[in-house]
Amino acid sequence: MSDTTASAPGFLTRATVMTGRSLRISRRNVDAVITSMMLPVMLMLIFVYFFGGAIDTGSAYDSYVMYVVPGVLLLCAGFGSATTAVAVSEDMKGGIIDRFRSLDIGGTPVLAGHVAASVVRNLVSTTLVFGVALLIGFRPAATPGGWLAVTGVLLAYITALSWISAAMGLLARTPEAAGGFTFFMSFLPYPSSAFVPVDSMPGWLHGFADHQPITPAIESIRGLLLDQPVGNTPWIALAWAAGILAVAVAASGVLFRLRTR
Amino acid sequence: MPDVMIEAHGLTKSYGRPSARVRVLDGIGLRVARAGVFALLGPNGAGKTTTVRILATLTTADAGTARVAGYDVVADRRRVRRAISLTGQFAAVDETLTGEENLRMMARLTGHSRARSRQRAEELLERFGLTDAARRLVRTYSGGMRRRLDLAAGLVGSPEPGVFFLDEPTTGLDPRSRRELWQVVRDLAGRGATVLLTTQYLEEADQLADRIAVLNKGRIAAEGTPEQLKSRVPGHRLDLVLTTREAYLRLAARAVHHSPGSLTLGLPTDGTAAQTRALLDEIDPQRTDVDRFSLHSATLDDVFLTLTAENAEPADTAEAPARV
Repeated sequence: MSDTTASAPGFLTRATVMTGRSLRISRRNVDAVITSMMLPVMLMLIFVYFFGGAIDTGSAYDSYVMYVVPGVLLLCAGFGSATTAVAVSEDMKGGIIDRFRSLDIGGTPVLAGHVAASVVRNLVSTTLVFGVALLIGFRPAATPGGWLAVTGVLLAYITALSWISAAMGLLARTPEAAGGFTFFMSFLPYPSSAFVPVDSMPGWLHGFADHQPITPAIESIRGLLLDQPVGNTPWIALAWAAGILAVAVAASGVLFRLRTR
Repeated sequence: MPDVMIEAHGLTKSYGRPSARVRVLDGIGLRVARAGVFALLGPNGAGKTTTVRILATLTTADAGTARVAGYDVVADRRRVRRAISLTGQFAAVDETLTGEENLRMMARLTGHSRARSRQRAEELLERFGLTDAARRLVRTYSGGMRRRLDLAAGLVGSPEPGVFFLDEPTTGLDPRSRRELWQVVRDLAGRGATVLLTTQYLEEADQLADRIAVLNKGRIAAEGTPEQLKSRVPGHRLDLVLTTREAYLRLAARAVHHSPGSLTLGLPTDGTAAQTRALLDEIDPQRTDVDRFSLHSATLDDVFLTLTAENAEPADTAEAPARV
């Protein structure tokens, strides 16, 4: 046999190979990708054309579409990230994780691969949502710095939500259950300022709606896209994303060890 | 390389919540010499997979020690992983990737360059007769092709590993694929590898293994060469339906198979007419006790019943494997 010895690959190589794997797999699960892309678009159309006329968002916005796009972007991030849970759960079901472990590939590179693939999928679907938003009358006025900040906040949320989703995939015993576990991520934008101003909600909900993790993301993205003052909301949003990501990485590490004991 | 490639002492493992612990391994001891095939034979739930997972560093034992290729499976986990190849009960390949993509991915993960990975994948696809299916999704593969790809995936890494763990490699395969896989196992052993395979098929162990350990309820019930083990189990069994309970109780001690409900006992025999006739005359000289009889070829069940009956005090075999 010819020379087949090779040194153990570094984390970056392992994570890159894993990302390539996850991307190939998601490219072949076209149904799931299309669903997670079409749903936010449909919801945006529903909100703009069915409900939008009846929602009063105040004089700061020319039309409802100007108000709702950031919320739809976050909703889209929630849907897109949720498929990570199913992908991770599928992995845990088969023998592939044992194979990786016998090659000394632990949980983190495998999950990092799924999360990176999720970010790529989300970039595609976010672009699509944005394109449709422009078609139906969304007119952003962001500065170059604002665009950069919007991209940063969105990327941070997508990464954090994807990794939480990966942890859910480890928690669920079946891929079907994993899909169910992630419902709250698609639900979280509703009790926030995503679709209607928080002021219009009952008083007892204000506390939650004002302080939940999605709200600063929506507030900052909306402000940045429309070139309005955003105060420190981008930083609060990034802090939330970093916190969620830290918890998700730690939790998934523990869960992975528990699942592969 | 050490002469003893796999060595285990007193492995125990329990699963489940503290209130309902199930003891899967109850003191397993093994010694597997370098080169050749060692079979771990046992029914479902005997602890075969758990034993393999401990030896392959995928799980840890509650107690006991094990060394593979000279390295401790806990302290020297990484070195062990480099020295072994594992093929599990569930094909450890990606269904939504092609055979080639799977092998290239594994090669990349073991640290090969892109170009070298492509080359290595080609070599292995060729060797396992999968070149034609290289660009098809694994999901479309037959059971036999999947196992072969799985084996190839285990070979992708560093120099031809010294120790192979094959967990029920032929379960669910059709007879032809099974034979093809047997040939693959023989080839591996022929190249000087040490193969530990688990199986629930006596025939498979007989065909492939130089030594067999019979695993039952988390303990080694017997260990030896196929010939040694077979000599302990009668090849045939004479099943007698008795007329009275007294006759049943009188003969029960000689039987290897009991079903009191139907007053049926199975007695060991070599299956020849002469011995069967002599046996019937001996146990029933008055010709009143035996109602009907039938001849039954030995099954794995009989092997287990016999072997576990011989180990009425299995604690003796817990620390060191029974020498036959």
